[in-house]
Amino acid sequence: MNAGPTPSVLMIGPANAGKSTLFNRLTGAGATTSNHAGTTVSVERAPARFGATDAVVVDLPGATSLAAASPDEAVTLDALARHARSGVPGVVVVVVDTPRLARSLYLAVQVLELGLPTVIAANLVDEARAAGREPQIDALSEALGVPVVATSARTGEGLDALRDAVAAALNGRGVQGRDLVDWPDAVRDAVAAVAAVAADIDDPDPVRRQAVARWAIVSSAEGAAEALAVPWPAVRAAREASGVDVAAAIVTARYAWIDARLPGLTAPGGGEDRVRARTEALDRVLLHPVAGTLVFFGVMWGMFWGLFAGADPMIAAVETLVAWTGSAASAGFDALGGPPWVGIVRDLVVDGIIAGVGAVIVFVPQIALLFLWLSVLEGVGYLARAAALVDRLLRAAGLPGKAFVPLLSGFACAVPAILATRTMPRFRDRLLTMLVLPLTTCSARLPVYALLTGALFPATWPGWPLPVRPTVMLAMYLLGTAVTLLAAVILSRTVLPGGPAATVLELPPYRAPDLRAVGRSVVRRTGEFLREAGRVILGATVVLWALLSFPRIDPGQVTLPPALDGASAEAVDGYVASVQLERSLGGRIGKAMEPLTRPVGFDWKIDVALLGAFAAREVFVGTLGVMYGIEGADEETVSLRDAMRADRRADGSPVFTPRVGASILVFFAFAMQCLSTLAVLRKESGGWRWPAFVVAYMSVLAYASSFVVYQGLGLLGWT
Amino acid sequence: MNPPFITLGLDALPVGAEAVVREIGGEPAFRLRLMELGLVPGTRVRCVGRSPLGDPLRYAVRDAELGLRRLDARVVRVERV
Repeated sequence: MNAGPTPSVLMIGPANAGKSTLFNRLTGAGATTSNHAGTTVSVERAPARFGATDAVVVDLPGATSLAAASPDEAVTLDALARHARSGVPGVVVVVVDTPRLARSLYLAVQVLELGLPTVIAANLVDEARAAGREPQIDALSEALGVPVVATSARTGEGLDALRDAVAAALNGRGVQGRDLVDWPDAVRDAVAAVAAVAADIDDPDPVRRQAVARWAIVSSAEGAAEALAVPWPAVRAAREASGVDVAAAIVTARYAWIDARLPGLTAPGGGEDRVRARTEALDRVLLHPVAGTLVFFGVMWGMFWGLFAGADPMIAAVETLVAWTGSAASAGFDALGGPPWVGIVRDLVVDGIIAGVGAVIVFVPQIALLFLWLSVLEGVGYLARAAALVDRLLRAAGLPGKAFVPLLSGFACAVPAILATRTMPRFRDRLLTMLVLPLTTCSARLPVYALLTGALFPATWPGWPLPVRPTVMLAMYLLGTAVTLLAAVILSRTVLPGGPAATVLELPPYRAPDLRAVGRSVVRRTGEFLREAGRVILGATVVLWALLSFPRIDPGQVTLPPALDGASAEAVDGYVASVQLERSLGGRIGKAMEPLTRPVGFDWKIDVALLGAFAAREVFVGTLGVMYGIEGADEETVSLRDAMRADRRADGSPVFTPRVGASILVFFAFAMQCLSTLAVLRKESGGWRWPAFVVAYMSVLAYASSFVVYQGLGLLGWT
Repeated sequence: MNPPFITLGLDALPVGAEAVVREIGGEPAFRLRLMELGLVPGTRVRCVGRSPLGDPLRYAVRDAELGLRRLDARVVRVERV
């Protein structure tokens, strides 16, 4: 029965104000995540009913200010500006971090300048009371000129009152925000100058044009350029013409307004700040040079242990499901019978599409677990401390402190890690992080490492006290981490000079995490991975299937070697499949590549498997399995390991030795073999230039390192 | 010709000591960001502590806690109280 467009409820607030928890409380099921127009920043929306009115609630990225400084904040600004221009009815809910009132008010006064119907949720009111700072709601409401509701998303306090206030605003009984601040003359003049020349600020409303002009003056052009349609030269001219620092004057005037009213906005006296005391007590341990470092390594160890131990059964289940679906589909096609092309369609469906979907969802358990862990750590407040702990190392590598979370995510998968760089204000810092991220030891490398160490390295080594295979695995992780940081050191002194932007690390108080918000965050970020990487992996798997399956051979024409006389049908099929692979286009490419890879110890079979690894690195294992006539092999398959060890070159020497194994390991550590990472990199860096650079530098690094390892070990007498 | 007050860089503020912000320098975007976070002239700041590796330094500003790298904190001039 809706006459016009569905009204929107835009939720905006600083980070750690409990905005997402409040969003979860206000909305029921049915939240959807989508990318904000023209960006890869995702925004959550969910339907909700306020009184008798249906509305869409939008959870905008957390923001300190509307003067955007990072791509995430630019989305918040853009969404608000678009909403204001659209004329769609709606209300803005500013979620205030009540215990840190002054900083939230800084955001609130900016939103009010827009002149939209606004409701203020003074959230975390329970925490404010525990801190001895009971907010004076009536005084707040009077000062801000719009309805204010005290809420605690955690306890549910004030939610009904908030719903009522939103319902009233949606029904035309809301109060519009207005510009409250007493601007100095210099600011008025500069704002008027910008607003006047900015005829193309796409907004007819004079009040909003002034608000946009003020944002433009304060915004760093880099962060806001895409979000605001503003004539930047005019902004710069106005800034310079005014003779005073207009941007600083705007910020100072807002805080002057806030500071003049602040004493009356919280209960006088108060008491001891228990939240602060608890946080500082915990920090004395968690940021202690010795205890804090131990806790950090404990948390990291727990995280990786949880990732591998926890994801393993789920990955096994996914693999079983994919194998079962594949054989069921295969059997279905075979029952169909018919002309030979049915066999091709069967192979396309089973080895291309089903295998491709499997290659995508096999990542989901680890990625979901990683984000579960990161979201819990973030919700508790520990993630910021962990970032503070390693900040020194990042600084030495030319990276900002905000690179910590992306680098950590890189241990699961580079795709979500690249998306996680969007919180960084400066493009140079984002780019540097994105350029080195593909070197972190992502989970797709793990099956390859496991196969090679299991098949090619002995369990013990004379004179080495520890088991060899776990040692090699650990060494690969350390190598990946060290080279990631080293690459950042080198790139930050050559390609991207100029040091990281100064950044502020916010250290929120410790809290119990909100599990629903954690759950939503896991779903949202895993969905991001599926959207950004899924199609690429699927497409690449199908293309590689074609490359390794055509031209087709006639199974009847294959001469079986004497060894297979009277062998099982399975063994014969496996042999035929390996011949098909050898004679396919991909097999021929592998053979053509062999002279090129002989100096690093790879024969043509390894080259073909490397080709397969471009869809996703772990496909290396399955492709190698097919080469040895073993269908559906994984890194634990004993027959594959045996076949690798038994394989001989024409001169009778083994193809796979520890020396070759070491060379392949190093190659996988450094080579850029992931098409989905390149696709995301292209989107986030705005073109093919930087993905091409990554391919170039990583290929040189991988080949050179393998060469050094293979030839070096040869000099040491390894065979 | 005496300056109206004796200021020091925020990075030189000892752990536990309090000060009032007098001036903020540095690169324009970062300077504005610090101000937007509430570090405007006249604001009280306390150095809460260091991080285990010495950097970043931690400051209590307007009921919140911020971590700033030593080099970045230097641009904030404060007067001890």
